Amino acid sequence: MVDIGLTHYLILAGILFTIGVFGIFLNRKNVIVILMSIELMLLAVNINFVAFSIFLNDLSGQVFTMFILTVAAAEAAIGLAILVVFFRNKGTIAVEDIASLKG
Amino acid sequence: MTSFQWQSLVPILPEITMAVGAMALLMVGVFRGDKSAQLLNILSIGLLLTVLGLILGITPFTLTTLNNALITDSFSQFGKAVIAVGLMAALLLSHRDLREGVMGRFEFPVLVLLSGIGMMLMVSANNFLSLYVALELQSFPLYVLAALRRDNAQSAEAGVKYFILGALSSGFLLFGISLLYGFAGTLDFSLLAGTLMQNGAVPGAVIGMVFVLTGLAFKISAVPFHMWTPDVYQGAPTIVTSLFAIVPKIAAILLFLRLLNGPFAPLTPDWIQIIIFLSIASMIWGALAGLVQQNIKRLLAYSSIGNMGYALLGVLAASPEGTASVLLYMTIYMIMTAGTFAIILSVTRHGEGVESLHGFAGLSKTSPAKAYALAALMFSMSGIPPLAGFFGKLFVFQSLLESGFYIVAVIGVVTSVVAAYYYLKIIKIMFFDEQQESFDDAPSSQARYFVAALSLAFVLFFIVNPNVLMATTRIAAQSLFG
Repeated sequence: MVDIGLTHYLILAGILFTIGVFGIFLNRKNVIVILMSIELMLLAVNINFVAFSIFLNDLSGQVFTMFILTVAAAEAAIGLAILVVFFRNKGTIAVEDIASLKG
Repeated sequence: MTSFQWQSLVPILPEITMAVGAMALLMVGVFRGDKSAQLLNILSIGLLLTVLGLILGITPFTLTTLNNALITDSFSQFGKAVIAVGLMAALLLSHRDLREGVMGRFEFPVLVLLSGIGMMLMVSANNFLSLYVALELQSFPLYVLAALRRDNAQSAEAGVKYFILGALSSGFLLFGISLLYGFAGTLDFSLLAGTLMQNGAVPGAVIGMVFVLTGLAFKISAVPFHMWTPDVYQGAPTIVTSLFAIVPKIAAILLFLRLLNGPFAPLTPDWIQIIIFLSIASMIWGALAGLVQQNIKRLLAYSSIGNMGYALLGVLAASPEGTASVLLYMTIYMIMTAGTFAIILSVTRHGEGVESLHGFAGLSKTSPAKAYALAALMFSMSGIPPLAGFFGKLFVFQSLLESGFYIVAVIGVVTSVVAAYYYLKIIKIMFFDEQQESFDDAPSSQARYFVAALSLAFVLFFIVNPNVLMATTRIAAQSLFG
Protein backbone atom coordinates (compact mmCIF):
# COMPACT_ATOMS: atom_id res chain seq x y z
CA MET A 1 0.00 0.00 0.00
CA VAL A 2 1.19 3.44 -0.89
CA ASP A 3 0.35 6.20 1.54
CA ILE A 4 -1.41 9.00 -0.25
CA GLY A 5 0.23 12.21 0.91
CA LEU A 6 0.03 15.89 0.15
CA THR A 7 2.29 15.54 -2.88
CA HIS A 8 -0.12 13.20 -4.60
CA TYR A 9 -2.98 15.64 -4.22
CA LEU A 10 -0.85 18.50 -5.46
CA ILE A 11 0.29 16.54 -8.51
CA LEU A 12 -3.31 15.58 -9.28
CA ALA A 13 -4.42 19.21 -8.97
CA GLY A 14 -1.48 20.33 -11.10
CA ILE A 15 -2.38 17.85 -13.83
CA LEU A 16 -6.05 18.83 -13.79
CA PHE A 17 -5.16 22.52 -13.90
CA THR A 18 -2.84 21.96 -16.86
CA ILE A 19 -5.51 19.99 -18.70
CA GLY A 20 -7.90 22.88 -18.07
CA VAL A 21 -5.47 25.49 -19.42
CA PHE A 22 -4.65 23.41 -22.48
CA GLY A 23 -8.34 22.74 -23.01
CA ILE A 24 -8.83 26.48 -23.43
CA PHE A 25 -5.93 27.01 -25.81
CA LEU A 26 -5.88 23.86 -27.91
CA ASN A 27 -9.61 23.46 -28.34
CA ARG A 28 -10.73 24.57 -31.82
CA LYS A 29 -14.25 23.23 -31.81
CA ASN A 30 -16.71 24.41 -29.26
CA VAL A 31 -16.99 27.19 -26.71
CA ILE A 32 -18.88 24.93 -24.31
CA VAL A 33 -15.70 22.86 -24.03
CA ILE A 34 -13.91 26.05 -22.97
CA LEU A 35 -16.47 26.58 -20.20
CA MET A 36 -15.84 23.01 -19.06
CA SER A 37 -12.10 23.64 -19.08
CA ILE A 38 -12.55 26.73 -16.93
CA GLU A 39 -14.59 24.68 -14.49
CA LEU A 40 -11.84 22.05 -14.45
CA MET A 41 -9.24 24.69 -13.56
CA LEU A 42 -11.34 25.94 -10.66
CA LEU A 43 -11.92 22.40 -9.37
CA ALA A 44 -8.19 21.69 -9.53
CA VAL A 45 -7.69 24.74 -7.32
CA ASN A 46 -10.32 23.39 -4.96
CA ILE A 47 -8.42 20.11 -4.61
CA ASN A 48 -5.32 22.14 -3.77
CA PHE A 49 -7.15 24.14 -1.14
CA VAL A 50 -8.81 21.16 0.53
CA ALA A 51 -5.56 19.15 0.55
CA PHE A 52 -3.61 22.04 2.06
CA SER A 53 -6.40 22.70 4.52
CA ILE A 54 -6.28 19.11 5.80
CA PHE A 55 -2.52 18.96 6.03
CA LEU A 56 -2.16 22.38 7.62
CA ASN A 57 -5.01 21.61 10.02
CA ASP A 58 -6.52 24.99 9.16
CA LEU A 59 -10.14 25.54 8.17
CA SER A 60 -9.81 28.65 6.03
CA GLY A 61 -8.81 26.63 2.97
CA GLN A 62 -12.11 24.77 3.05
CA VAL A 63 -14.01 28.01 3.53
CA PHE A 64 -12.25 29.34 0.45
CA THR A 65 -13.37 26.27 -1.47
CA MET A 66 -17.00 27.04 -0.66
CA PHE A 67 -16.54 30.54 -2.02
CA ILE A 68 -14.91 29.23 -5.19
CA LEU A 69 -17.78 26.83 -5.80
CA THR A 70 -20.32 29.61 -5.39
CA VAL A 71 -18.45 32.04 -7.60
CA ALA A 72 -17.88 29.32 -10.22
CA ALA A 73 -21.63 28.75 -10.39
CA ALA A 74 -22.21 32.45 -11.01
CA GLU A 75 -19.42 32.45 -13.55
CA ALA A 76 -20.94 29.54 -15.47
CA ALA A 77 -24.33 31.26 -15.49
CA ILE A 78 -22.86 34.47 -16.92
CA GLY A 79 -20.74 32.57 -19.42
CA LEU A 80 -23.70 30.61 -20.75
CA ALA A 81 -25.84 33.75 -20.94
CA ILE A 82 -23.20 35.55 -23.00
CA LEU A 83 -22.87 32.46 -25.17
CA VAL A 84 -26.61 32.45 -25.86
CA VAL A 85 -26.40 36.09 -26.97
CA PHE A 86 -23.49 35.19 -29.22
CA PHE A 87 -25.33 32.22 -30.71
CA ARG A 88 -28.40 34.34 -31.49
CA ASN A 89 -26.25 36.75 -33.47
CA LYS A 90 -24.00 34.32 -35.27
CA GLY A 91 -25.87 31.03 -35.34
CA THR A 92 -22.75 29.16 -34.23
CA ILE A 93 -20.57 28.66 -31.19
CA ALA A 94 -17.54 27.21 -32.96
CA VAL A 95 -14.30 28.67 -31.62
CA GLU A 96 -12.95 29.60 -35.06
CA ASP A 97 -16.00 31.77 -35.67
CA ILE A 98 -15.10 34.06 -32.76
CA ALA A 99 -12.67 35.96 -34.92
CA SER A 100 -14.36 38.95 -36.50
CA LEU A 101 -12.48 41.34 -34.20
CA LYS A 102 -8.77 41.42 -34.87
CA GLY A 103 -5.87 43.61 -35.93
CA MET B 1 -14.57 34.77 20.17
CA THR B 2 -15.28 38.47 20.34
CA SER B 3 -18.86 39.59 20.04
CA PHE B 4 -19.92 41.44 16.94
CA GLN B 5 -20.26 45.19 17.22
CA TRP B 6 -22.10 47.36 14.75
CA GLN B 7 -19.58 50.17 15.13
CA SER B 8 -16.96 47.96 13.55
CA LEU B 9 -18.80 48.30 10.24
CA VAL B 10 -18.35 52.08 10.09
CA PRO B 11 -15.14 51.95 7.98
CA ILE B 12 -16.92 50.07 5.19
CA LEU B 13 -20.02 52.25 5.30
CA PRO B 14 -19.42 53.51 1.72
CA GLU B 15 -19.50 49.98 0.30
CA ILE B 16 -22.55 49.03 2.36
CA THR B 17 -24.37 52.16 1.21
CA MET B 18 -23.49 51.40 -2.36
CA ALA B 19 -24.53 47.75 -2.16
CA VAL B 20 -27.89 48.55 -0.57
CA GLY B 21 -28.42 51.43 -2.98
CA ALA B 22 -27.58 49.31 -6.01
CA MET B 23 -30.05 46.65 -4.97
CA ALA B 24 -32.76 49.24 -4.29
CA LEU B 25 -32.17 50.73 -7.74
CA LEU B 26 -32.35 47.26 -9.25
CA MET B 27 -35.78 46.86 -7.68
CA VAL B 28 -36.92 50.20 -9.11
CA GLY B 29 -35.69 49.05 -12.50
CA VAL B 30 -37.43 45.69 -12.28
CA PHE B 31 -40.79 47.28 -11.52
CA ARG B 32 -40.59 50.30 -13.80
CA GLY B 33 -38.85 48.68 -16.76
CA ASP B 34 -36.44 50.06 -19.29
CA LYS B 35 -38.11 53.44 -19.52
CA SER B 36 -36.59 54.22 -16.12
CA ALA B 37 -33.02 53.75 -17.39
CA GLN B 38 -32.21 57.46 -17.38
CA LEU B 39 -33.89 57.99 -14.02
CA LEU B 40 -31.82 55.16 -12.57
CA ASN B 41 -28.72 56.67 -14.10
CA ILE B 42 -29.34 59.98 -12.34
CA LEU B 43 -30.13 58.19 -9.07
CA SER B 44 -26.91 56.18 -9.44
CA ILE B 45 -24.90 59.36 -9.86
CA GLY B 46 -26.61 60.70 -6.75
CA LEU B 47 -25.77 57.51 -4.89
CA LEU B 48 -22.16 57.78 -5.96
CA LEU B 49 -22.03 61.38 -4.73
CA THR B 50 -23.32 60.20 -1.34
CA VAL B 51 -20.74 57.44 -1.31
CA LEU B 52 -18.01 59.91 -2.22
CA GLY B 53 -19.12 62.07 0.68
CA LEU B 54 -18.96 59.09 3.03
CA ILE B 55 -15.53 58.09 1.75
CA LEU B 56 -14.13 61.55 2.29
CA GLY B 57 -15.98 61.92 5.58
CA ILE B 58 -14.46 58.88 7.25
CA THR B 59 -11.26 59.79 9.07
CA PRO B 60 -8.38 57.99 7.45
CA PHE B 61 -7.07 55.95 10.35
CA THR B 62 -5.76 52.54 9.44
CA LEU B 63 -8.49 50.17 10.54
CA THR B 64 -9.37 46.59 9.72
CA THR B 65 -12.90 45.24 9.69
CA LEU B 66 -14.61 41.85 9.50
CA ASN B 67 -11.79 39.82 11.05
CA ASN B 68 -9.05 41.59 9.09
CA ALA B 69 -10.76 40.85 5.79
CA LEU B 70 -10.84 44.51 4.79
CA ILE B 71 -8.55 47.39 5.57
CA THR B 72 -9.30 51.08 5.40
CA ASP B 73 -6.41 53.51 5.28
CA SER B 74 -5.51 56.65 3.36
CA PHE B 75 -4.45 54.49 0.44
CA SER B 76 -7.79 52.72 0.11
CA GLN B 77 -9.61 55.97 0.82
CA PHE B 78 -7.81 57.67 -2.06
CA GLY B 79 -8.48 54.70 -4.34
CA LYS B 80 -12.18 54.60 -3.49
CA ALA B 81 -12.60 58.33 -4.01
CA VAL B 82 -10.93 58.14 -7.44
CA ILE B 83 -13.04 55.11 -8.37
CA ALA B 84 -16.25 56.87 -7.32
CA VAL B 85 -15.33 59.90 -9.44
CA GLY B 86 -14.47 57.66 -12.39
CA LEU B 87 -17.77 55.80 -12.13
CA MET B 88 -19.66 59.09 -12.05
CA ALA B 89 -17.84 60.20 -15.18
CA ALA B 90 -18.68 56.91 -16.92
CA LEU B 91 -22.36 57.22 -15.98
CA LEU B 92 -22.49 60.84 -17.15
CA LEU B 93 -20.98 59.85 -20.49
CA SER B 94 -23.59 57.14 -21.03
CA HIS B 95 -26.64 59.13 -19.94
CA ARG B 96 -27.78 60.05 -23.45
CA ASP B 97 -27.49 56.53 -24.89
CA LEU B 98 -29.74 55.16 -22.15
CA ARG B 99 -32.65 57.21 -23.44
CA GLU B 100 -34.04 54.61 -25.81
CA GLY B 101 -33.20 51.83 -28.22
CA VAL B 102 -31.15 48.75 -27.60
CA MET B 103 -28.82 50.46 -25.11
CA GLY B 104 -31.68 51.99 -23.16
CA ARG B 105 -31.62 49.34 -20.47
CA PHE B 106 -31.99 49.94 -16.77
CA GLU B 107 -29.40 47.23 -16.03
CA PHE B 108 -26.59 49.48 -17.19
CA PRO B 109 -26.31 51.82 -14.17
CA VAL B 110 -26.99 48.96 -11.75
CA LEU B 111 -24.24 46.79 -13.25
CA VAL B 112 -21.84 49.73 -13.16
CA LEU B 113 -22.61 50.23 -9.47
CA LEU B 114 -22.17 46.54 -8.67
CA SER B 115 -18.85 46.45 -10.46
CA GLY B 116 -17.92 49.62 -8.59
CA ILE B 117 -18.49 47.92 -5.23
CA GLY B 118 -16.14 45.18 -6.38
CA MET B 119 -13.48 47.73 -7.29
CA MET B 120 -13.80 49.52 -3.95
CA LEU B 121 -13.52 46.23 -2.06
CA MET B 122 -10.50 45.28 -4.17
CA VAL B 123 -8.75 48.42 -3.06
CA SER B 124 -9.39 47.63 0.58
CA ALA B 125 -8.84 43.86 0.46
CA ASN B 126 -6.65 42.61 3.27
CA ASN B 127 -6.70 38.88 2.72
CA PHE B 128 -6.85 36.63 -0.31
CA LEU B 129 -10.44 35.56 0.22
CA SER B 130 -11.78 39.11 0.12
CA LEU B 131 -9.40 39.86 -2.75
CA TYR B 132 -10.80 36.99 -4.81
CA VAL B 133 -14.45 37.73 -4.10
CA ALA B 134 -13.96 41.45 -4.75
CA LEU B 135 -12.12 40.79 -7.99
CA GLU B 136 -14.90 38.55 -9.25
CA LEU B 137 -17.57 41.00 -8.16
CA GLN B 138 -15.73 43.60 -10.21
CA SER B 139 -15.31 41.36 -13.27
CA PHE B 140 -18.72 39.69 -13.64
CA PRO B 141 -20.76 42.84 -14.28
CA LEU B 142 -18.08 43.95 -16.76
CA TYR B 143 -18.45 40.71 -18.76
CA VAL B 144 -22.18 41.33 -18.98
CA LEU B 145 -21.67 44.99 -19.91
CA ALA B 146 -19.33 44.06 -22.79
CA ALA B 147 -22.12 41.97 -24.31
CA LEU B 148 -24.86 44.46 -23.41
CA ARG B 149 -25.72 45.33 -27.01
CA ARG B 150 -27.57 42.12 -27.66
CA ASP B 151 -28.40 42.67 -31.32
CA ASN B 152 -24.78 43.25 -32.25
CA ALA B 153 -22.47 40.35 -33.14
CA GLN B 154 -19.33 42.33 -32.31
CA SER B 155 -20.58 43.19 -28.84
CA ALA B 156 -21.46 39.55 -28.18
CA GLU B 157 -18.06 38.48 -29.43
CA ALA B 158 -16.38 41.01 -27.16
CA GLY B 159 -18.37 39.57 -24.27
CA VAL B 160 -17.32 35.99 -25.06
CA LYS B 161 -13.66 36.93 -25.40
CA TYR B 162 -13.62 39.02 -22.25
CA PHE B 163 -15.39 36.30 -20.31
CA ILE B 164 -13.10 33.46 -21.40
CA LEU B 165 -9.86 35.32 -20.82
CA GLY B 166 -11.16 36.85 -17.60
CA ALA B 167 -12.13 33.43 -16.28
CA LEU B 168 -8.74 32.05 -17.32
CA SER B 169 -7.01 34.86 -15.44
CA SER B 170 -9.00 34.27 -12.28
CA GLY B 171 -8.09 30.59 -12.59
CA PHE B 172 -4.41 31.54 -12.57
CA LEU B 173 -4.97 33.91 -9.69
CA LEU B 174 -6.71 31.21 -7.65
CA PHE B 175 -4.06 28.61 -8.36
CA GLY B 176 -1.45 31.06 -7.12
CA ILE B 177 -3.47 31.84 -4.02
CA SER B 178 -3.84 28.13 -3.25
CA LEU B 179 -0.07 27.64 -3.47
CA LEU B 180 0.60 30.67 -1.28
CA TYR B 181 -1.93 29.37 1.22
CA GLY B 182 -0.24 25.97 1.25
CA PHE B 183 3.27 27.27 1.71
CA ALA B 184 2.50 30.04 4.16
CA GLY B 185 -0.48 28.49 5.93
CA THR B 186 -2.45 31.72 5.94
CA LEU B 187 -4.61 33.87 3.71
CA ASP B 188 -3.99 37.07 5.65
CA PHE B 189 -1.75 39.65 3.97
CA SER B 190 0.24 40.71 7.01
CA LEU B 191 0.67 37.16 8.34
CA LEU B 192 1.79 36.09 4.87
CA ALA B 193 4.40 38.85 4.83
CA GLY B 194 5.65 37.65 8.21
CA THR B 195 5.91 34.03 7.10
CA LEU B 196 7.66 34.90 3.86
CA MET B 197 10.08 37.11 5.79
CA GLN B 198 10.92 34.20 8.09
CA ASN B 199 11.20 31.43 5.52
CA GLY B 200 12.78 33.44 2.73
CA ALA B 201 11.92 32.80 -0.89
CA VAL B 202 10.47 29.27 -0.78
CA PRO B 203 10.06 28.02 -4.38
CA GLY B 204 6.40 27.14 -3.81
CA ALA B 205 5.59 30.62 -2.55
CA VAL B 206 7.47 32.25 -5.41
CA ILE B 207 5.54 30.16 -7.96
CA GLY B 208 2.31 31.09 -6.19
CA MET B 209 3.23 34.76 -6.37
CA VAL B 210 4.01 34.45 -10.10
CA PHE B 211 0.56 32.93 -10.70
CA VAL B 212 -1.14 35.67 -8.70
CA LEU B 213 0.73 38.38 -10.61
CA THR B 214 -0.17 36.68 -13.90
CA GLY B 215 -3.84 36.73 -12.97
CA LEU B 216 -3.67 40.40 -12.05
CA ALA B 217 -1.64 41.28 -15.15
CA PHE B 218 -4.61 40.06 -17.22
CA LYS B 219 -6.81 42.53 -15.38
CA ILE B 220 -4.58 45.53 -16.08
CA SER B 221 -3.91 44.18 -19.60
CA ALA B 222 -0.13 44.21 -19.34
CA VAL B 223 1.69 42.55 -22.26
CA PRO B 224 1.85 39.50 -22.73
CA PHE B 225 -1.61 39.18 -21.16
CA HIS B 226 -3.23 41.95 -23.17
CA MET B 227 -4.82 39.97 -26.03
CA TRP B 228 -8.36 40.65 -24.93
CA THR B 229 -8.04 44.42 -24.60
CA PRO B 230 -8.16 45.63 -28.23
CA ASP B 231 -10.95 43.23 -29.17
CA VAL B 232 -13.08 44.04 -26.15
CA TYR B 233 -12.54 47.79 -26.51
CA GLN B 234 -13.53 47.65 -30.16
CA GLY B 235 -16.45 45.26 -29.86
CA ALA B 236 -18.14 46.63 -26.75
CA PRO B 237 -20.57 49.55 -27.09
CA THR B 238 -18.60 52.81 -26.84
CA ILE B 239 -20.15 53.87 -23.53
CA VAL B 240 -19.02 50.55 -22.06
CA THR B 241 -15.58 50.94 -23.59
CA SER B 242 -15.28 54.30 -21.90
CA LEU B 243 -16.13 52.65 -18.59
CA PHE B 244 -13.49 49.95 -19.21
CA ALA B 245 -10.91 52.57 -20.03
CA ILE B 246 -11.69 54.91 -17.15
CA VAL B 247 -12.12 52.87 -13.98
CA PRO B 248 -11.28 49.15 -13.55
CA LYS B 249 -7.56 49.46 -14.16
CA ILE B 250 -7.15 51.89 -11.28
CA ALA B 251 -8.50 49.29 -8.88
CA ALA B 252 -6.23 46.60 -10.34
CA ILE B 253 -3.11 48.79 -10.21
CA LEU B 254 -3.86 49.74 -6.61
CA LEU B 255 -4.21 46.05 -5.80
CA PHE B 256 -0.79 45.50 -7.42
CA LEU B 257 0.65 48.19 -5.16
CA ARG B 258 -0.90 46.77 -2.02
CA LEU B 259 0.20 43.20 -2.78
CA LEU B 260 3.73 43.98 -3.89
CA ASN B 261 4.49 46.35 -1.03
CA GLY B 262 2.60 44.32 1.58
CA PRO B 263 2.57 40.51 1.55
CA PHE B 264 5.07 40.18 -1.30
CA ALA B 265 7.54 42.73 0.06
CA PRO B 266 9.92 39.98 1.29
CA LEU B 267 10.04 38.64 -2.29
CA THR B 268 10.98 42.00 -3.83
CA PRO B 269 14.02 40.71 -5.76
CA ASP B 270 11.81 38.09 -7.40
CA TRP B 271 8.87 40.29 -8.40
CA ILE B 272 11.03 43.15 -9.62
CA GLN B 273 12.10 41.06 -12.61
CA ILE B 274 8.50 40.22 -13.44
CA ILE B 275 7.36 43.83 -13.22
CA ILE B 276 10.33 45.02 -15.31
CA PHE B 277 9.40 42.55 -18.02
CA LEU B 278 5.68 43.39 -17.90
CA SER B 279 6.24 47.13 -18.03
CA ILE B 280 8.86 47.10 -20.80
CA ALA B 281 6.81 44.70 -22.92
CA SER B 282 3.64 46.77 -22.38
CA MET B 283 5.32 50.05 -23.25
CA ILE B 284 6.94 48.70 -26.40
CA TRP B 285 3.93 46.76 -27.66
CA GLY B 286 1.49 49.52 -26.72
CA ALA B 287 3.57 51.98 -28.76
CA LEU B 288 4.32 49.79 -31.79
CA ALA B 289 0.97 48.04 -32.27
CA GLY B 290 -0.86 51.34 -31.88
CA LEU B 291 0.91 52.77 -34.93
CA VAL B 292 -1.08 50.75 -37.47
CA GLN B 293 -4.57 50.96 -35.94
CA GLN B 294 -7.44 52.39 -37.98
CA ASN B 295 -10.14 52.21 -35.31
CA ILE B 296 -10.05 54.84 -32.58
CA LYS B 297 -11.33 52.49 -29.86
CA ARG B 298 -8.67 49.95 -30.79
CA LEU B 299 -6.07 52.68 -30.79
CA LEU B 300 -7.10 53.77 -27.31
CA ALA B 301 -6.85 50.13 -26.21
CA TYR B 302 -3.21 50.04 -27.24
CA SER B 303 -2.74 53.42 -25.66
CA SER B 304 -4.09 52.03 -22.39
CA ILE B 305 -1.76 49.01 -22.66
CA GLY B 306 1.17 51.39 -23.03
CA ASN B 307 -0.03 53.56 -20.16
CA MET B 308 -0.26 50.53 -17.87
CA GLY B 309 3.41 49.96 -18.70
CA TYR B 310 4.24 53.44 -17.42
CA ALA B 311 2.15 52.93 -14.30
CA LEU B 312 4.04 49.68 -13.62
CA LEU B 313 7.32 51.63 -13.87
CA GLY B 314 6.30 53.53 -10.76
CA VAL B 315 5.44 50.24 -9.05
CA LEU B 316 9.03 49.11 -9.69
CA ALA B 317 10.47 51.73 -7.38
CA ALA B 318 8.78 50.00 -4.40
CA SER B 319 9.07 53.22 -2.42
CA PRO B 320 6.52 55.73 -1.09
CA GLU B 321 7.64 58.14 -3.84
CA GLY B 322 7.12 55.50 -6.52
CA THR B 323 3.70 54.59 -5.16
CA ALA B 324 2.69 58.24 -5.01
CA SER B 325 3.79 58.69 -8.61
CA VAL B 326 1.65 55.71 -9.69
CA LEU B 327 -1.39 57.12 -7.90
CA LEU B 328 -0.85 60.50 -9.54
CA TYR B 329 -0.28 58.90 -12.94
CA MET B 330 -3.45 56.81 -12.74
CA THR B 331 -5.55 59.76 -11.59
CA ILE B 332 -4.31 61.95 -14.43
CA TYR B 333 -4.73 59.13 -16.93
CA MET B 334 -8.28 58.50 -15.77
CA ILE B 335 -9.24 62.16 -16.16
CA MET B 336 -7.65 62.40 -19.62
CA THR B 337 -9.39 59.22 -20.79
CA ALA B 338 -12.75 60.44 -19.52
CA GLY B 339 -12.33 63.65 -21.53
CA THR B 340 -11.17 61.81 -24.63
CA PHE B 341 -14.14 59.47 -24.59
CA ALA B 342 -16.53 62.36 -23.89
CA ILE B 343 -15.42 63.95 -27.14
CA ILE B 344 -15.28 60.74 -29.15
CA LEU B 345 -18.82 59.90 -28.02
CA SER B 346 -20.06 63.34 -29.01
CA VAL B 347 -18.80 63.06 -32.60
CA THR B 348 -21.51 61.24 -34.54
CA ARG B 349 -22.53 60.66 -38.13
CA HIS B 350 -26.03 59.45 -39.04
CA GLY B 351 -26.68 58.95 -35.34
CA GLU B 352 -23.82 56.46 -34.96
CA GLY B 353 -20.57 57.23 -33.18
CA VAL B 354 -17.59 57.71 -35.47
CA GLU B 355 -15.10 54.89 -34.88
CA SER B 356 -12.74 54.91 -37.83
CA LEU B 357 -9.74 57.15 -37.37
CA HIS B 358 -10.21 58.78 -40.77
CA GLY B 359 -13.82 59.48 -39.93
CA PHE B 360 -12.51 62.34 -37.80
CA ALA B 361 -11.10 64.15 -40.84
CA GLY B 362 -12.16 67.76 -41.02
CA LEU B 363 -13.52 67.92 -37.46
CA SER B 364 -11.67 71.20 -36.93
CA LYS B 365 -13.78 72.89 -39.63
CA THR B 366 -17.24 71.78 -38.49
CA SER B 367 -16.78 71.78 -34.71
CA PRO B 368 -13.51 73.48 -33.80
CA ALA B 369 -14.20 73.35 -30.06
CA LYS B 370 -14.27 69.55 -30.03
CA ALA B 371 -11.22 69.37 -32.26
CA TYR B 372 -9.16 71.71 -30.10
CA ALA B 373 -10.25 69.95 -26.91
CA LEU B 374 -9.33 66.53 -28.32
CA ALA B 375 -6.04 67.95 -29.57
CA ALA B 376 -5.19 69.23 -26.08
CA LEU B 377 -6.06 65.85 -24.57
CA MET B 378 -3.94 64.03 -27.16
CA PHE B 379 -0.99 66.36 -26.50
CA SER B 380 -1.43 65.63 -22.82
CA MET B 381 -1.59 61.86 -23.44
CA SER B 382 1.65 61.98 -25.38
CA GLY B 383 3.24 63.81 -22.45
CA ILE B 384 3.89 67.28 -23.80
CA PRO B 385 4.46 69.98 -21.17
CA PRO B 386 2.84 71.94 -19.63
CA LEU B 387 -0.21 69.64 -19.78
CA ALA B 388 -1.12 67.24 -16.99
CA GLY B 389 0.01 64.10 -18.82
CA PHE B 390 3.57 65.36 -18.80
CA PHE B 391 3.64 65.56 -15.01
CA GLY B 392 2.26 62.06 -14.65
CA LYS B 393 5.18 60.69 -16.68
CA LEU B 394 7.70 63.07 -15.09
CA PHE B 395 7.10 61.85 -11.54
CA VAL B 396 7.09 58.20 -12.57
CA PHE B 397 10.46 58.60 -14.28
CA GLN B 398 11.79 60.63 -11.36
CA SER B 399 10.99 57.89 -8.86
CA LEU B 400 12.46 55.36 -11.25
CA LEU B 401 15.75 57.22 -11.53
CA GLU B 402 15.94 57.65 -7.76
CA SER B 403 15.75 53.86 -7.44
CA GLY B 404 18.47 53.41 -10.07
CA PHE B 405 16.56 51.80 -12.95
CA TYR B 406 18.29 53.87 -15.63
CA ILE B 407 17.90 51.52 -18.62
CA VAL B 408 14.19 50.96 -18.00
CA ALA B 409 13.68 54.72 -17.75
CA VAL B 410 15.44 55.26 -21.09
CA ILE B 411 13.24 52.62 -22.75
CA GLY B 412 10.21 54.34 -21.26
CA VAL B 413 11.15 57.72 -22.70
CA VAL B 414 11.87 56.23 -26.13
CA THR B 415 8.56 54.34 -26.31
CA SER B 416 6.75 57.47 -25.15
CA VAL B 417 8.20 59.26 -28.19
CA VAL B 418 7.10 56.43 -30.47
CA ALA B 419 3.60 56.47 -29.00
CA ALA B 420 3.42 60.23 -29.56
CA TYR B 421 3.19 59.41 -33.27
CA TYR B 422 -0.32 58.01 -33.04
CA TYR B 423 -1.59 60.67 -30.70
CA LEU B 424 -0.32 63.33 -33.08
CA LYS B 425 -1.75 61.41 -36.03
CA ILE B 426 -5.24 61.93 -34.61
CA ILE B 427 -4.56 65.67 -34.41
CA LYS B 428 -3.23 65.68 -37.97
CA ILE B 429 -6.33 63.90 -39.26
CA MET B 430 -8.68 66.29 -37.46
CA PHE B 431 -6.96 69.45 -38.62
CA PHE B 432 -5.37 68.77 -41.99
CA ASP B 433 -7.29 65.99 -43.73
CA GLU B 434 -10.12 66.62 -46.15
CA GLN B 435 -13.58 65.88 -44.84
CA GLN B 436 -15.49 63.20 -46.74
CA GLU B 437 -18.93 63.23 -45.15
CA SER B 438 -20.49 65.77 -42.84
CA PHE B 439 -20.97 65.13 -39.12
CA ASP B 440 -24.31 65.30 -37.36
CA ASP B 441 -25.26 68.87 -36.52
CA ALA B 442 -27.34 68.20 -33.42
CA PRO B 443 -25.40 68.94 -30.24
CA SER B 444 -24.51 65.94 -28.09
CA SER B 445 -25.59 65.60 -24.48
CA GLN B 446 -24.83 68.33 -21.94
CA ALA B 447 -23.41 65.68 -19.60
CA ARG B 448 -20.71 64.79 -22.12
CA TYR B 449 -19.72 68.42 -22.64
CA PHE B 450 -19.61 68.81 -18.88
CA VAL B 451 -17.21 65.86 -18.46
CA ALA B 452 -15.11 67.05 -21.40
CA ALA B 453 -14.91 70.58 -19.98
CA LEU B 454 -13.89 69.37 -16.51
CA SER B 455 -11.29 67.04 -17.95
CA LEU B 456 -9.92 69.74 -20.22
CA ALA B 457 -9.77 72.25 -17.39
CA PHE B 458 -7.84 69.74 -15.29
CA VAL B 459 -5.41 68.94 -18.10
CA LEU B 460 -4.74 72.59 -18.91
CA PHE B 461 -4.59 74.01 -15.40
CA PHE B 462 -2.98 71.16 -13.48
CA ILE B 463 0.30 73.08 -13.66
CA VAL B 464 -1.19 76.03 -11.75
CA ASN B 465 -1.49 74.10 -8.51
CA PRO B 466 -0.22 70.52 -8.76
CA ASN B 467 0.59 70.38 -5.05
CA VAL B 468 -2.90 69.55 -3.80
CA LEU B 469 -3.14 66.30 -5.71
CA MET B 470 0.51 65.47 -5.16
CA ALA B 471 0.26 65.94 -1.40
CA THR B 472 -2.83 63.71 -1.32
CA THR B 473 -1.12 60.94 -3.27
CA ARG B 474 1.91 61.20 -1.01
CA ILE B 475 -0.20 60.79 2.14
CA ALA B 476 -2.01 57.85 0.54
CA ALA B 477 1.27 56.21 -0.45
CA GLN B 478 2.76 56.74 3.02
CA SER B 479 -0.08 54.84 4.65
CA LEU B 480 0.79 51.79 2.56
CA PHE B 481 4.30 51.73 3.99
CA GLY B 482 3.17 52.24 7.58
